[in-house]
Amino acid sequence: MRIRVNLTMRNEAKMMKRLLTLLVALILAGPVAAQSGPLRLTITDGVIEPITFAVPTFQAENAEATQVANDLNRLVAQDLSGTGLFREIPANAFISQVSSFSQPVQFADWRAINAQALVIGAVAVNSGQLTVKFRLYDVFSGQELGGGLQFAGTTDGWRRMGHKVADAVYSRITGEGGYFDSRVVYVAESGPKDNRQMRLGIMDFDGANVQYLTDSSSIVLAPRFSPNGDRVLYTSYESGFPRINVLNVATVGRQQLQTAPGEMAFSPRFSRDGGSVIYSLSNGGNTDIFRSDLSSGQYIRLTSAPSIETAPSLSPDGSQIVFESDRSGTQQLYIMSANGGEARRISFGEGRYGTPVWSPRGDLVAFTKQNAGRFHIGVMRTDGSEERLLTASFLDEGPTWSPNGRVIMFSRETQGESGTTSLYSVDISGRNLKAVPVQGGASDPSWGPLQP
Amino acid sequence: MNMMTKATMLLLVLGTAACTNPDRLGGAAGAGGAGAGAGVDGGLAGSASDPTSPAYFSQAIGDRVLFAVDTSTLTPEGQRILDGQVQWLLTNADYRAVVEGHADEQGTREYNLALGARRANAVREYLVSRGVPSSRLEVISYGKLRPIEVCSNEACYAKNRRAVTVLSFSAMTS
Repeated sequence: MRIRVNLTMRNEAKMMKRLLTLLVALILAGPVAAQSGPLRLTITDGVIEPITFAVPTFQAENAEATQVANDLNRLVAQDLSGTGLFREIPANAFISQVSSFSQPVQFADWRAINAQALVIGAVAVNSGQLTVKFRLYDVFSGQELGGGLQFAGTTDGWRRMGHKVADAVYSRITGEGGYFDSRVVYVAESGPKDNRQMRLGIMDFDGANVQYLTDSSSIVLAPRFSPNGDRVLYTSYESGFPRINVLNVATVGRQQLQTAPGEMAFSPRFSRDGGSVIYSLSNGGNTDIFRSDLSSGQYIRLTSAPSIETAPSLSPDGSQIVFESDRSGTQQLYIMSANGGEARRISFGEGRYGTPVWSPRGDLVAFTKQNAGRFHIGVMRTDGSEERLLTASFLDEGPTWSPNGRVIMFSRETQGESGTTSLYSVDISGRNLKAVPVQGGASDPSWGPLQP
Repeated sequence: MNMMTKATMLLLVLGTAACTNPDRLGGAAGAGGAGAGAGVDGGLAGSASDPTSPAYFSQAIGDRVLFAVDTSTLTPEGQRILDGQVQWLLTNADYRAVVEGHADEQGTREYNLALGARRANAVREYLVSRGVPSSRLEVISYGKLRPIEVCSNEACYAKNRRAVTVLSFSAMTS
């Protein structure tokens, strides 16, 4: 079985498109029932003992591959450890060395150092073309988990191949989709608080490969990926007033969304099929939610109230919208049909709730909560029950879901005149809170889908 | 230099340019300025002591009104300032204005955009109710994105919760 995937990536400076071809091939027919292996980490809300893993340095099959083999090895380990669900056994504890991709694994040597999972890999570089193959073993049962996989592409795309290896390992052990080979679009910020320069940035989920999609000549806000990651919606002050732009990620071409008539349009999100946009429109000081069809420009009004209705987000099946409204006097979360109509309130705790985002699994809504002078990122079930606050700080806002619905990224702003914004991620369990390493200020993240 | 300073400087330049054009302002600007001239500038056309100047509008009348936390209700002090703005705008009919709504940093970006829109519209509606043609007024909200004060306490927040009437010379913009 061979799957050929074409991907376009943009070079920031030269706006050059280069073609990265990933060839994914099963190199040996492994056990068909890969998901039924005995090594299994079930991600629950309870305390999780991390799975221990060993990743011996990937085998360099030729001299040119030595450096990238090392780099790939570190990236795979970093992806897995970074989840908090896996813990790496350091190389200096190894008893066995792996000298060949095809030699039998000495499971006893790996059991002796308590490695539960073993990832071995091999790398070859031939005139700019990189081939990576790997196998995953369940050390204690002495079985291979899933079949060997091979990825081929250009050496420039080595990080993506490392992420794909880590995604496959994560997925085989947890039984859930991964999220490492994904990108995040965000607002890159620089300059002092009273003269902030803002432009759209796009990066890998781990902060690598930053590119800029706009310059900072006008304010940009709240970029949102399309469901397949090919386009980005964002709010721009380019025309002098806030309007919604649609940007093509590959070509960086952009155009203004044709909205219902109004003074300001903002807070856009794509429909699940990518064909229409739900957004907020302000007219005469009143903000309501609308939907516009991207090709025809036809619009419908979804809310009609004198209060502020904003931050709409669709359920995964596209049938419902969660949004925020201050119709009760303070900001709270509501759910209505995707075609508008009666809305039911779902947030009832202390404080104010905003920026709701429906999870990719459909079971949870992430939100920003303000209470007693603090900001929180939290999640609740779609009926408002089981509210759980994951963070607390001077100012946290704008949650976005990882493609598998296990991790939330958000912006955090520090206090005072030297306050800056940066991106953080946290598991929906509340564990593993950490900064996303991005150069400079960063806010308003939108996590895109797993790349093909 | 922040945006307000830039905007003020731009308006000073526009104001001065306007006063050098007798066809447009009938040469009255300089005379009026001299009559009101109590400041250091001694009534120089286009300066804050010239009542027809945007500088006079922003400094002597007041180009902004402030709001309580999470409200868009005009205070009595705000209405007094807006009454002054109405008189100025009715006298100086060649100017248009964009009313900018702003919020402090306590709140999400999206909500604050909507709140800023409410504040800007509260000002526009007041100005229109007192006779300023709505065709001369536009509104915009910056939410919490353009604070003029950068500390994180009420002293700064109070100044950031504002609606600012920014003038533009209609001949230059239409």
